[in-house]
Amino acid sequence: MSKVMEPGVQSAAPSGQVGRPVKRLESAAKVTGRAEYIHNLELPGMLRAKVVRSTVAHARIRGIDTSAAKALPGVYDVITAEDILKVIPDPYYGPAFHDQPILAIDKVRHVGEPVAVVLATDVHVADQATDLVEVEYEELEPVFHEVEAYKSQTAIVHDVIRPAGTFADLKSLQPRNKTNVAMEYHLRNGDVDAAFAKADYVFEHTFRSQQVNHLPLEPTVTVAQLTDTGNLLIHTSSQSPSFVRIEVARLLGWPENKVRVRTAYLGGGFGAKLYIKLEALVAALALITQRPVRLSLTMEEQFYTITRHAATVTIRTGVTKDGRIVARDCKTWWNGGAYADIGPRVTQKSGFTAAGPYDIEAVSLDSYAVYTNLPPAGALRGFGIPQLVWAYESQADIIARELGMDPLEFRRKNILRNGRPHATGTILEDAGTVEVLEELARKMNWDQPFDRGSGTIRRGRGIAIGVKAAVSPTTSVAFVNLYSDGSCGVYCGTVDMGQGSDTAMAQIAADVLGLRAEDVRIIHPDTEVTPYDMATLGSRSTFHMGNAVRLAAEDAKQKIVAMCAEQTGFDPAALVVRDGGVATPDGSFFTFGAILAKRHGMQAGNVLGVGSYFPYYEKPNPETGMSEHITPYWMVGGTGVEVEVDMETGKVHITRLVTVGDCGKAINPGIVRRQLSGASFMQMGFTLFEEMVFDEGQVVNASMADYKIPGFWDLPDINEVSIVEVPHRNGPFGAKGIGETGSLGLSPAVANAIYDAIGVRIYETPLTPEKVLKALREKQGQGWEDA
Amino acid sequence: MMSEVQTKTTVRVRLNVNGAVHELDVEPRWLLSDVLRHQLGLTGTHVGCEQGVCGACTVLVDGKPERSCLMFAVQAEGHEVTTIEGLTPADGLSPLQEAFQEHHALQCGFCTPGMVVTAAALLRDRPNPTEEEVREALSGNVCRCTGYQFIVDAVLAAAKEGRS
Repeated sequence: MSKVMEPGVQSAAPSGQVGRPVKRLESAAKVTGRAEYIHNLELPGMLRAKVVRSTVAHARIRGIDTSAAKALPGVYDVITAEDILKVIPDPYYGPAFHDQPILAIDKVRHVGEPVAVVLATDVHVADQATDLVEVEYEELEPVFHEVEAYKSQTAIVHDVIRPAGTFADLKSLQPRNKTNVAMEYHLRNGDVDAAFAKADYVFEHTFRSQQVNHLPLEPTVTVAQLTDTGNLLIHTSSQSPSFVRIEVARLLGWPENKVRVRTAYLGGGFGAKLYIKLEALVAALALITQRPVRLSLTMEEQFYTITRHAATVTIRTGVTKDGRIVARDCKTWWNGGAYADIGPRVTQKSGFTAAGPYDIEAVSLDSYAVYTNLPPAGALRGFGIPQLVWAYESQADIIARELGMDPLEFRRKNILRNGRPHATGTILEDAGTVEVLEELARKMNWDQPFDRGSGTIRRGRGIAIGVKAAVSPTTSVAFVNLYSDGSCGVYCGTVDMGQGSDTAMAQIAADVLGLRAEDVRIIHPDTEVTPYDMATLGSRSTFHMGNAVRLAAEDAKQKIVAMCAEQTGFDPAALVVRDGGVATPDGSFFTFGAILAKRHGMQAGNVLGVGSYFPYYEKPNPETGMSEHITPYWMVGGTGVEVEVDMETGKVHITRLVTVGDCGKAINPGIVRRQLSGASFMQMGFTLFEEMVFDEGQVVNASMADYKIPGFWDLPDINEVSIVEVPHRNGPFGAKGIGETGSLGLSPAVANAIYDAIGVRIYETPLTPEKVLKALREKQGQGWEDA
Repeated sequence: MMSEVQTKTTVRVRLNVNGAVHELDVEPRWLLSDVLRHQLGLTGTHVGCEQGVCGACTVLVDGKPERSCLMFAVQAEGHEVTTIEGLTPADGLSPLQEAFQEHHALQCGFCTPGMVVTAAALLRDRPNPTEEEVREALSGNVCRCTGYQFIVDAVLAAAKEGRS
């Protein structure tokens, strides 16, 4: 019988809105099928676009013949880069590098790259016509593996690399032209050679993570139209409407106020809908045709649009006899695919956390974003951290066992504590490293005897803990509007893609203004009305937007209190905001609406509160990669698993899954628990079976039938989630982000449990029965052929 | 350059959807999911994988859960089709929908209508299902967000509610 247990630490805010287990505000809309998605949007006169995609991984385009496609009845037009160039002379986009053409120009760099677009009112006609577009290629040498691409001097994916300079944290990135290295990050903290010399033992291992896909159930969709004044209106399933506006305006050479970008609920995101995906293309198509245009990807196309980095991690760790880690040297190669997307941020942000949640005397880290001829890789729940935790937490177990130490004791001995400097030089503050580890130990009953099974079914258990630094520096702005009747609207650019941000933001505003969360209306991202937000990514919204909403609500509160003070003659400090109004010392109570009505002589006016949040950041020193303020907060997550391994088939069954995460303060405990559980389960798919399989750059399993994601039968027998609350001094009500925390520790926890069960170590995910059985046969001295 | 689109024809079908009969001119190749969404405006039926794997487009055909993306609209003639809209009371929510809401058995909500439709058929046929039976009945529906646990909990809770 499966059970989700109550959190280990109870949050206490019985009367306020923060900490209240509010039902999701949009849940009634979702259970009735009424929730709005861009998926459902159709406009009069709309054309539908279908993309002609490259069939080869690396080639020069010799010619594109669109005549047969254009002649197909019902086809409105066929568009190639030549047409795009007429409306956008420099049509290269991207958040880190302007390296991705809206449609391929001269060259294709991966299978599935958009080469042309067919437009028709009937989507079936457009689809059919894509087969009639003839593209002639002159094939070039492709390169697929990140380490080979790093070394290659003959297969070069990009002849010239152009940094974008859009985001502050990526301004210092320097590409190496004439190589496949898009960006590199180096950290040098302390005298690593001397520290290794002190070590009694040095361990070196290489771990690899495979390329996987986000696969949100609502595939990415964009609809663009021209407005009556010739401006652009883009409806898009985007996690980052502000960035889409900035980037489309830049491409067109327009001011931002001529581009409007709006979203609805997203049918999942996980990083697949970040930065800019279809928007530049669809905007160009609307400009060319002067008609509304819709492009909706199929599941297959999602595999060719954005993915998670495959990564090779070589990690060398020096330890003393008594189990103290003294030195670490870690090199990571990130397979970025053909376009950088946000890979450089993954390279830097993940790169600098490779020391893990451990206190190490000297650390040397090198992290390389490498171009290959595979579909582009970007952000996916964890921004690369799960790939690193996979390496350092697998190795932590190897080391502990070699030293004859308990894996938990080894971690306890080395854990980085608050007040101590992280490898980057930033002092750890308000991070639940110790608390998460101890809660994990408690939940797993680690000090209790464990049944290891017998015969062909062996049992094992494993733990792992990871740390992630929140992306910085980023800005969130929010408005809180008290309307003339005193009801409240919150204008914020955070996109609710399932994480429950509408509910969390409503709770924060309601708490400040003495309202019920259910009575606060969240206005969805629309650059016409909602202010700037960097993006909904990297577990940043609760902290950054939560702070902006809190500040905006406090601003509105101060203004309405001042108005009431003026009307009643009381000192503002004596007034109390509660229940949608202001209470005065004489026992009177004035609703916000009544205060506004008194001011305006009738039901009229607004009180507008503004909040802007931008945490302090210090960019890394170019020489050492170090910074005293590299992140506003740390996320700490731990996973424990108990597994059964079938010695005859190699199949791993997770019987018990424990996910522990530090959220600082659970704004909504129900939502936090489900975020932790959802992230953990998604990572389980990436750990046990999900894998994009390639043949010469073509994804051979690009469908949900061939690329299996976790289903109901993959649920562990026991599934427990534990919330740890170590409040952050700068978090809204102490809160930190939680969206990715559950994904951090799972992969190595499972590998460690497999080792515990059958004594074999797997160095590459996914941990398929085939890999487990092969390793077991090798250990038993049998060849794989005997299996 | 000859193709079937030049001979594109429509046929008239009578579809019984959520108890109302609609006379529609449809192309024979149109999927039931497309006709429900585009011709009848019943957008609660979502289309995810378009190949019958994800279950987001699940509707009831004569009371049985079916993938509306694997059926042509013309095949639905003479059958009763029920969508999420048809399972939603005029006022408020069904007990099953309330249980989904109560248990946070949803995140992005894209798979939710298909889950609710499938679970409704299960509870109609087996008002007292075991956890195994819930998993079995829903195992053809995929969710990328929740981790499933809470969906199972919601269905079991709705069943319990129905018994009391």
